[in-house]
Amino acid sequence: MTDLPTRSIDLKNVLSGSAPTADHSEGMSYLQSVPRRIVTLYLPLTIIVVVLLFPFYWMALTSVKPDEQLLDLDRYNPFWTWNPTFKHFYKLLFESYYPHWLWNTMYVAICATVLSIVASVFAAYAIVRLRYKGANLVGGLIFLAYLVPPSILFIPLATVVYQYGLFDSPLALILTYPTILIPFSTWLLMGYFKTIPFELEECALIDGASRWQILIKIVVPLAIPGLISAFIFCFTLCWNEFIYALTFLQSTSNKTVPVAIVNEFVDGDIYRWGSLMAGALAGSLPLVILYAFFVEHYVSAMTGAVKE
Amino acid sequence: MADVAIPRAKPQMSEDSAWIQLKHNRNWLGFWFMVPAMAFLIFFLAYPLGLGIWLSFTDTRIGRVGHFVGTENYEWLWDDSIFWLSVFNTLLYTFVASALKFAIGLYLALLLNENMPFKAMLRAMVLIPFIVPTVLSALAFWWIFDSQFSIISWSLKHLGLINQNINFLGDTTWARICVIFANIWRGVPFVAITLLAGLQTVSPSLYEAATLDGATRWQNFRYITYPLLTPIIAVVMTFSVLFTFTDFQLIWAMTRGGPVNATHLMATLSYQRAIIAGQLGEGAAISSAMIPFLLAAIMVSWFGLQRRKWQQGESND
Repeated sequence: MTDLPTRSIDLKNVLSGSAPTADHSEGMSYLQSVPRRIVTLYLPLTIIVVVLLFPFYWMALTSVKPDEQLLDLDRYNPFWTWNPTFKHFYKLLFESYYPHWLWNTMYVAICATVLSIVASVFAAYAIVRLRYKGANLVGGLIFLAYLVPPSILFIPLATVVYQYGLFDSPLALILTYPTILIPFSTWLLMGYFKTIPFELEECALIDGASRWQILIKIVVPLAIPGLISAFIFCFTLCWNEFIYALTFLQSTSNKTVPVAIVNEFVDGDIYRWGSLMAGALAGSLPLVILYAFFVEHYVSAMTGAVKE
Repeated sequence: MADVAIPRAKPQMSEDSAWIQLKHNRNWLGFWFMVPAMAFLIFFLAYPLGLGIWLSFTDTRIGRVGHFVGTENYEWLWDDSIFWLSVFNTLLYTFVASALKFAIGLYLALLLNENMPFKAMLRAMVLIPFIVPTVLSALAFWWIFDSQFSIISWSLKHLGLINQNINFLGDTTWARICVIFANIWRGVPFVAITLLAGLQTVSPSLYEAATLDGATRWQNFRYITYPLLTPIIAVVMTFSVLFTFTDFQLIWAMTRGGPVNATHLMATLSYQRAIIAGQLGEGAAISSAMIPFLLAAIMVSWFGLQRRKWQQGESND
């Protein structure tokens, strides 16, 4: 697989153990002079990274700026603040439904992810290892399902959700999110299951294990890294989902963070920016923290689904 | 578990009852294993997909069952200038954003593939825009592009480049530029990191051999990197085009289709017509009109995948 960070760590180990040339990418670097490297590599890289990260800096800065500094760009330097305030966060946590929304988002995301992963483990195992009649066709169909975007499904789904009496309940999201998650995670897990040797399963079959036992006791434990990748990626997708949550939920207390911030915080108040940015920051932080712990899994999920 | 295993160890292949068949036959087992995933995909994906196409031929409204009206919705849209504006916007948005995402993403991937200090940390940081929920970063852009308190206007004014604030999201051209910029900002990390993963499968010895033969850096890229990367580029760009084409949340959080419909995409227009105005049938017609474009994108992806398998000499499994 393509665990970028792990691989670079491996390279470092090689480096410390033997001659510097063990790292192949170092092999030709003597062809480039230092000034040339600064112009062709470090300078463009710095610009791109600064542009990519600036909105987060701006979000964080705005969320701790006092109101009068937010709107008075002439008397205060807008790029920094010397007297940060947590007023906006206080307002968010104690004077709004924000904790509710955070809880809703988390609840929906975890339920939908667990449901999807369980369904995907079965489906992926059946497609890759049971190889029933038409397994390849089903695999192809699941890939096609991955390509069906929510923006063309939300209108008919709204009527379906209404018919089933799920409108304005978290269950509507828990049941519809798997349509986005199952194709992705099935495809990812198929790749992981393919790497598990057939021999292990054959041994277990000879010892009298049923398919169920093989799946639970052999295949799933060996595919744990893949499961973690799928779980994290699905969780992120759920947290990020917007159009279904916007369409299927109505009452303020039931909303998820992205929808609630867009709909409830955007009013005429010109001082709203502080709390708006605090809300956006608080809504992003859980994912960023999760990401920081599982970078490799995240990257392998992202690249795995594309490459498989 | 041993007690479960013992009875089954006895040979019982001769006369399988129907129940044993259901439990052990490969095809039946496959069926049972597929049930949960298929149930979700059929009830909440395939059925709504068909229902959406059916709805587009009816005059359904919110709270009222519709009747079949033939192609009336489509005829109505055919004469609707706002619909055609949204089609134009969608194509412009998709084309410009995808082309720039590809160019910048590939460039960034090549830069990140170089050997340098803090490589792993840089790569991790680059991906952050992709992790953070789109709506929330769109809100940050909304604030950055504010008409009065925009930090960009402020900086440009202090540099002496402009005299008055730029009305970023109020002017039609600027609004389009802003949403396209935000989309590129969010999409570049995905393209860059997936292409980087592709770059790392290219063996360094190829570059060494080429350099010994006198190849320049550009020739290295053009005749080694690019051909080897083509299959993964095809797949990544298909996904990128697909998700850009059907984008909804970025636009909704930043402009809601304004000013004067200049940033309305087909997805946002269908939401506005179907959910806000209540004309489910018409909204469904707009979203069904997206399907031909999507099919084209899927075809490209399919051939991209086939080509990749063929290149790597894998069997077709």
